[in-house]
Amino acid sequence: MKIRPRLLFALLSLLFLAYSLCIYLAPVMNTVHLGGHKTAEGRLIWQKYNCQSCHQLYGLGGYLGPDLTNILSSPGKDEKLVRAMIYSGTRQMPSFNMPEDELNLLIEFLKSTDASGISDPRQFKATNYGMIEAYETN
Amino acid sequence: MKQTNNHIGKLFLGSALLLLLLALCFGLLASLTYLFPDFLKDSFNFTTLRPLHVSMAMFWILLGASGCVYSGIQYLNKTPVSEKLAYLQWILWIIAISGILFSYFTKNFGGREYWEFKPVWALPIALAWILFLINFFTAFKKIGEWPVYIWMWMTGILFFLFTFIENYLWIFPYFRSHFITDMTIQWKVNGSLVGAWNQLLYGTAFFLMDKITNTQNTGKSKLAFLMYFLGLFNLMFNWGHHIYTLPTAPFIKYLGYIVSMTEWVFFVKIIYSWKSTVQSFQKHYHYFPYRFLMAADFWVFINMGQAILMSIPAINIYTHGTHITVAHAMGTTIGINSMILFAACFEFLNFPKDKSAIRFPNGLFWLLQLSLLVFWLSLNLAGIQKGIWQLNSPQSSFAVMMDSLRPYFTLFFISGLGLAFALGGLAVILMWQTWKKASP
Repeated sequence: MKIRPRLLFALLSLLFLAYSLCIYLAPVMNTVHLGGHKTAEGRLIWQKYNCQSCHQLYGLGGYLGPDLTNILSSPGKDEKLVRAMIYSGTRQMPSFNMPEDELNLLIEFLKSTDASGISDPRQFKATNYGMIEAYETN
Repeated sequence: MKQTNNHIGKLFLGSALLLLLLALCFGLLASLTYLFPDFLKDSFNFTTLRPLHVSMAMFWILLGASGCVYSGIQYLNKTPVSEKLAYLQWILWIIAISGILFSYFTKNFGGREYWEFKPVWALPIALAWILFLINFFTAFKKIGEWPVYIWMWMTGILFFLFTFIENYLWIFPYFRSHFITDMTIQWKVNGSLVGAWNQLLYGTAFFLMDKITNTQNTGKSKLAFLMYFLGLFNLMFNWGHHIYTLPTAPFIKYLGYIVSMTEWVFFVKIIYSWKSTVQSFQKHYHYFPYRFLMAADFWVFINMGQAILMSIPAINIYTHGTHITVAHAMGTTIGINSMILFAACFEFLNFPKDKSAIRFPNGLFWLLQLSLLVFWLSLNLAGIQKGIWQLNSPQSSFAVMMDSLRPYFTLFFISGLGLAFALGGLAVILMWQTWKKASP
């Protein structure tokens, strides 16, 4: 069998473009809309202070600090504590002297990550095919 | 085939080696933060050191890969590349890297993980890449049947450009305001970008195999083409394995899972077959390129096993977000990407072949392999412990868990010193030899 690289390359590229388009259009097709303007602006604050170099969202990001996906709903933690930690810093984290409006946007961003799902690995179970899915919450 | 001066390839490779030295310095400083949490906390802290280390390491790979492709073009010498475009490409890279370094030093962030600089500095990189694309197609457009490594280089250049632009979709509020879609695209990009530079580097590995054996056994083989398409398929569709816990569409995760299981297989087979065809005089004549390609082969085996296991979601849930992921990332960038780049540097920078010249680099080669093994193991052990902590209930605090990882971080730092000495030493030796030959 002769391999036709140009044809195969073109076919795979078309499939890839279609797949990419499908992902870009997901917000249009979704019925649940998380976030909005404040989430979008809050994400910019997250990037401006480079929070991602130490912290994770859904287990993706840095390894020096804890995952912050559900920090606002974690037992014993709330918005007040998060605000205080950002201003005062911790043993390893420097204090961030950010303006109030930026801090508010960052909190809005963390609220939408919290509302988007669960990142705690203990809340997942394996299926028969080796895939994982989150336990259903009441 | 005839050998030409290759000064463009050497310019890119030499610059890449310099960036590697910077990456090593910043990496060592950043790793100290794991041992001494207060280290430079209020000045040059981890939020600055991590992007400095990661960006310089990525630019080592990207500039190095560009140097390999230019060296390949010069060697094949079908149609000469435009030197003006190549120099302009290099200048654009230097502008971007200088701007990015300045941004990081002044804590002027604003980008995504791995690309923490403001989007304005992405412009010269994108422009440089477009020039690279033009030069590449000018050189190879008249060739009827491309060997596999030219296909791989073309794929790497084209897909890097596509995913690099896709990497900045977040600047549009439409994408940024939908958090889950935004994260999905971010990790689609990260997966495909790595796939793109892997195409550039594996293409270089295949080119070197043909160059060393002075044949076209690898470049024209059917197996090599099957491997190439498998790699391309993975580049396009396997990135879903990064986001199993993200509440995105299930078909993305299933596709990522299934495609990931097909990864790597043919690459190992080809290198293994190639090894048996190399004659002893060729091994001796291409002493370091041969050794570094063999080392890459070893690290492909190690990382292939780990990658396949980590791509199974039921296992991934234990490793995700732990240092096992870091071990895999470091194992592949140092063990595979950097080994191929060093093989290319020793070949293209015409390192002397006399016995006295190879003794010290040979020692560094073995220090590199040993240090990387300890480094990789220490990160995996830290990752296993963190993975157990993640699944514990009730859970100790994050700070207590991090304190318990200290022995592994100590080992990580010591082996990191060994890695820095070996990689840095090899880089300095190569730059010194190139400079010595270039000076009148």
